[in-house]
Amino acid sequence: MPKTLYEKIWEDHLVRESQKDISLIYVDLHLVHEVTSPQAFEGLRQSNRKIRRPEKTFATMDHNVSTRTKDWSKVETTSRAQMEVLAKNCQEFGVTLYDFATQDQGIVHVIGPEKGLTQPGMVIVCGDSHTATHGAFGSLAFGIGTSEVEHVLATQTLQQDKAKTMLIEINGKLGKGVTPKDVILYIIGQIGTSGATGYVIEYAGSTIRALSMEGRMTICNMSIEAGARAGMIAPDETTFAYLKGREFSPNGTNWEKALAYWKTLLTDTGAKFDKVIKIKAEDIKPQVTWGTSPGQVVSIEDTVPDPEKIVDPVERGAARNALVYMDLKPETAMSEITIDKVFLGSCTNARIEDLRVASKIIKGKKVHAKVHAIVVPGSGQVKAQAEKEGLDKIFTEAGFEWRYAGCSMCLGMNDDRLNKGERCASSSNRNFEGRQGPGGRTHLMSPEMVVAAALEGKITDVRKYL
Amino acid sequence: MEPFRTHTGIVAPLDRANIDTDAIIPKQFLKKIDRKGFGKHLFHEWRYLDYEGTKENPDFILNKQEYRQATVLLTRDNFGCGSSREHAPWALSDFGFRVIIAPSFADIFFNNCSKNGILLVPLRSQEVDDLFKEVAQNKGTRITADLEKRTVETSNGKEYRFDINEFTRECLLNGLDQIDWTEKFKDKIEAFEKKIKKEKPWLA
Repeated sequence: MPKTLYEKIWEDHLVRESQKDISLIYVDLHLVHEVTSPQAFEGLRQSNRKIRRPEKTFATMDHNVSTRTKDWSKVETTSRAQMEVLAKNCQEFGVTLYDFATQDQGIVHVIGPEKGLTQPGMVIVCGDSHTATHGAFGSLAFGIGTSEVEHVLATQTLQQDKAKTMLIEINGKLGKGVTPKDVILYIIGQIGTSGATGYVIEYAGSTIRALSMEGRMTICNMSIEAGARAGMIAPDETTFAYLKGREFSPNGTNWEKALAYWKTLLTDTGAKFDKVIKIKAEDIKPQVTWGTSPGQVVSIEDTVPDPEKIVDPVERGAARNALVYMDLKPETAMSEITIDKVFLGSCTNARIEDLRVASKIIKGKKVHAKVHAIVVPGSGQVKAQAEKEGLDKIFTEAGFEWRYAGCSMCLGMNDDRLNKGERCASSSNRNFEGRQGPGGRTHLMSPEMVVAAALEGKITDVRKYL
Repeated sequence: MEPFRTHTGIVAPLDRANIDTDAIIPKQFLKKIDRKGFGKHLFHEWRYLDYEGTKENPDFILNKQEYRQATVLLTRDNFGCGSSREHAPWALSDFGFRVIIAPSFADIFFNNCSKNGILLVPLRSQEVDDLFKEVAQNKGTRITADLEKRTVETSNGKEYRFDINEFTRECLLNGLDQIDWTEKFKDKIEAFEKKIKKEKPWLA
């Protein structure tokens, strides 16, 4: 029987299958960070358990880290305490840790792929909802809670029911200035923030095939914002070329064996999905969110919607609340909205490719006098590569602050955050109330749109800079 | 985990869709290293007027006298979306919530609740509408959730049936330790690892 990519990986990882209670699937890679793991390690300690396969577990510090300093003594006390607990736990339980002070540190979803830890056909989990990022390699990757982190540490397996499958097929050529971020924001706008709840999405079609690994990661990353358990893309030559020669990629005869297996990881002709959505690349324009949910999104050519014209009462109520929180009036042109801060970063859009395209737009120009703009590379390696290419100079000469790697203002757990009432053009993934700081207002968009907004002090159509 | 069989408690209506885990428990409270004490920060930004949480917002539902002792939350679609933080169910549970009723729940949040003794009750949108109406007319009313029967019953005797995955139900009913449960299959895990070693040597 023809199978989908998801079904192949699912079946390949079944330790125990059950329709009656629950199946157990094996986890090939477990990524750990400082915020969602302390209670899991403590649980192991209390029940006198060990990590079953510490060599399949890798940890880093990203949510809490300062992006201004690598000096431990200058980090805020509670953040430092949580990082120190992770370091102690990793030492006690024998887990490899890329700690705050090392150059290998970075956002967990950036360092997994760049080290070659993330590979096609794997089941990958992490106590973080953006784990779907790794699905860009044709792996089944999803976020889990802390109790599940403890479960995976103890058993190297996860209790799971089989998900429903959704195919999102995007065909055609993306227009000028239209990026993978716009593709995923457009999809969320179309299907809604719970449109894919209970599903694993496979993204396919000629548009996806033409994307780099970085672009594919951006799309898979935000699958959770459509409610999906995971997002995935079948591996191809682009994937294999990316993986070749990375630190943890297979080598020698293992590379050949792995490659032969990876090439089987695609949805068979005739395989059935529970739901199919088709999208034309030509229909997608640069996207910007106007509200407090990623599904509240329009194109840059549009205006802020009028809640009173929304038919569904629940959605109408949500739009009303959002406009109050965002301090926006209906029918305002998106391109008229002024901003205070700019954040180029996050696991969605802080890879080297994002920094390259953004730097091209701002080269030789200046950040608007009223705007405070920061660039936070996704990892120490991204930062080093960008500096090698001179991108840091382009950013700093334009007036951006060039920071150390971390999650930073995507969630504002460290000291990078919006103040009450401040409005931000952000390349991150969530525009929830207070997400980037209590009372802060977030507009999500592509890295290109973010830097264009930095130059003008307002949200603007990046296409005029191309 | 404390077993869950039946629970009767006051229903607090929180009439918003897409309530995310950032709203349930904001990031500044995620720096703790234990599971306790999150209840006072539940819905922090809606519940308090100041960042420090010293001034209550009198308009917020849980600050109203009749809902201070609420243990059942009635809300809208896609509750618990966003971040995977288990601090969200820890905060709900620490505040006292044992049951949440909504048309739908986010996936990871659903799993997290089932591991913390919180029963999530999915009802049809129309049924949730009806409950909102009833709660508005009858402030401080109580609801009984019965997991054995898979029902919720209002104080005026109206009964709603709900579906729940059988395994989740068993775990809640018996307060099962899920790691203990999985460890019964140690042989299968070992056999699986031997198989990977042979078939996928690059992963072993």
